[in-house]
Amino acid sequence: MAVFTRPRQAFVIAGVLGLALSATACGTGDDKKSNNAGSAECAAYEKYEGHDGKKVSIYASIRDAEADLLERSWSQFTECTGIEIDYEGSGEFEAQLPVRVDGGNAPDIAFVPQPGLVKRFADAGKLKSLSADTKALAEQNMPADWLKYGTVNGTLYGVPLGANVKSFVWYSPKTFKEKGWEVPTTWDQLIALSDKIAASGTKPWCAGVESGDATGWPATDWIEDVVLRTQGPEVYDQWTTHAIPFNDPKIVDAVDRAGSILKNDKYMNGGFGGVKSITTTAFQEAGLPVTTGKCAMHRQASFYANQFPEGTKVAEDGDAFAFYFPAIDPAKGKPVLGAGEFVVGYADRPEVQAVQTYLVSAEYVNSRAKLGNWVTANNKLDIANVASPIDKLSVQILQDKTGTFRFDGSDLMPAAVGAGTFWKGMVEWLNGKATAPVLQGIESSWPK
Amino acid sequence: MKFDFADQQPKFLMLMYGLVAFVLVVGGLLLLLDVVPAWFARRREAQLVAASVGGGPLPRRRKQREGLFAFFFLLPTLLLLVIGLVVPAIRTTLLSLMDGTSTNWVGLRNYGWMFSDDSIVRVLINTLVWVLLVPLVATGFGLIYAVLVDKARFEAVAKSLIFLPMAISFVGASIIWKFVYAYRGDGDQIGLLNQIVVSLGGEPKQWLLESPLNTLLLIVIMVWIQAGFAMVVLSAAIKAIPGDIVEAARLDGVSPWQMFWQITMPSIRPALIVVVVTLTIATLKVFDIVRTSTNGNYDTSVIASEMYNQAFRYGQNGQGSALAVFLFILVIPVVIYQIRNLRQQREG
Repeated sequence: MAVFTRPRQAFVIAGVLGLALSATACGTGDDKKSNNAGSAECAAYEKYEGHDGKKVSIYASIRDAEADLLERSWSQFTECTGIEIDYEGSGEFEAQLPVRVDGGNAPDIAFVPQPGLVKRFADAGKLKSLSADTKALAEQNMPADWLKYGTVNGTLYGVPLGANVKSFVWYSPKTFKEKGWEVPTTWDQLIALSDKIAASGTKPWCAGVESGDATGWPATDWIEDVVLRTQGPEVYDQWTTHAIPFNDPKIVDAVDRAGSILKNDKYMNGGFGGVKSITTTAFQEAGLPVTTGKCAMHRQASFYANQFPEGTKVAEDGDAFAFYFPAIDPAKGKPVLGAGEFVVGYADRPEVQAVQTYLVSAEYVNSRAKLGNWVTANNKLDIANVASPIDKLSVQILQDKTGTFRFDGSDLMPAAVGAGTFWKGMVEWLNGKATAPVLQGIESSWPK
Repeated sequence: MKFDFADQQPKFLMLMYGLVAFVLVVGGLLLLLDVVPAWFARRREAQLVAASVGGGPLPRRRKQREGLFAFFFLLPTLLLLVIGLVVPAIRTTLLSLMDGTSTNWVGLRNYGWMFSDDSIVRVLINTLVWVLLVPLVATGFGLIYAVLVDKARFEAVAKSLIFLPMAISFVGASIIWKFVYAYRGDGDQIGLLNQIVVSLGGEPKQWLLESPLNTLLLIVIMVWIQAGFAMVVLSAAIKAIPGDIVEAARLDGVSPWQMFWQITMPSIRPALIVVVVTLTIATLKVFDIVRTSTNGNYDTSVIASEMYNQAFRYGQNGQGSALAVFLFILVIPVVIYQIRNLRQQREG
């Protein structure tokens, strides 16, 4: 038996060559260095300096165009401080993050959109508490109720970053003007308008809750908005913290009220089919018929502005815009439902803390806002830096100190409910199942 | 988007490291497998020579050495099996006795939950339907097709037609079939099935919403993919039936029906069992089709997809692990049956 046959020799030679190549490649890579430190435009970043050449990894669910904007928003920071930010966005973020963390492969920083998930990691002892600097700056810049959502057992773990306003109804100002419809400001007007539009032969509403893995979430927003409007923030808090059962009569009542629109065949579902088509219509597509006149209204968050095709004018006098989802009970005020993501740290190296501090600073939020398509509850955000009208409106709502703001309830609940049975239950509900058994099913799934 | 090679350099570098590491590891292993036995062979040769020349001790008997060799070759596999299969299986079993956060022991509560929660019972029933139907229907189709097409004129073309779906991934196939089942409320149907219904004067339907019809429609996808596999294996088995047996049967004047039941079926029985067992195991693990098509909504979930949801999306590690263990238990008898079968064949 020959020890070396010809192919094997080739194998070994290839291996040796490859090794040599990679060694030379090593020498040429990574020449980037920050030379800008000390220049005038870097003055604002002085307090983050001293970590030149260090790397910080960030993991989040933000991808594609939005991720490009995100990376551009901190380019100045990385250039001035020399801290390299290694960003990774994933469509499977919620499922992959726990896998990575439990597998000992946690990112330094993650942007978590669910306070429920922040709590889960904090309870498991995986999160690092914030540095004193970050905490002080966050307390200075962020509204107290937002900080509450990032706080677990009295310790602040998550600093709010981006935000969105969910209590919006998208419509077409052009169509409304043509048909002589008025933007409703009360619930009764909203229903009256819906009836009027339905009588004219157009379906007044469209909706879609298909969203891949997360199918059902847009419907939970509907329910949350109505609970907030009919029962007020106190009951809402009891509901999201399970102080009252999920199938409490107050919640049943709110779900049925949402159903008076969502499960009403006269109202639904412009351009897509009957009520059942809601569950199979992608949420991204659901609101588009607003601009083609096939339906009149679509309740969806501020970020839906990004879904309209290029050339759509999103403005108060344009092809699409949004009005505030009207209050129901005047005694409960004008509540606003919203959501956002939280910056949490799995490492507490100084450079990681520097990035965390930077992300809550006035410099950051304004540099990000200038790039467009972004809103935050950070009160250092100068509204002049926000270009799009819908973002401007959102910022006004978020910065309004008199308003009642509540965070997306399904994101506050444990994932088994908030990202599981609540979504699934809504799909069954829209698919024809009655309110009581659906809510009973969700209640029984609440983790004990 | 423009492609900047310099920007992507780290990725290419990584790719190259990967390739180099692969070459080194595989090359190293091959080298090792070549060198070590050769060294033993040479030593034995030298010992033999020494023994014959100088009357030294004869080398030990070959048998023991072979055991050593076998162990040497098995070692990496055993090691990887322990790391990749045995340890996780034990850990999963332990996790299934704990709560969602994997900190407190809860005994068999997760198993109790599995058999009492209505939606999970539904999942178990769905899995049962899958396991009963897919191997049966796919093997049936494959067998009929293989027999009909055997020695036909365009056999190769006909076979490749049904084999083609095998080349498509489960996810890809599910997306294709989602289009077949697609629904549009008014106007033109983009889904093939609804277009057929409409052109026959019916009302378009949302096929994937209605249970239990939707589970059957998902099963169609799996059958579509796997029938080709069954057909190829069975066709090869049919071709392997010795010609003289067939000839003898012909001379005895059997009808095609008798030929099938008394010659073909007994001859291909081992292949048939392999196909059914393989398909059963594949069906028990089905995940991609359900996740891509409905994500387990509308009562279509099966054990594997529910396990993923519970453990990774809802953070209920205990319940997810319990489902995983149950799946494991379900597969065991099938595997044992297969092993026994193989053993019988070898002996027989």
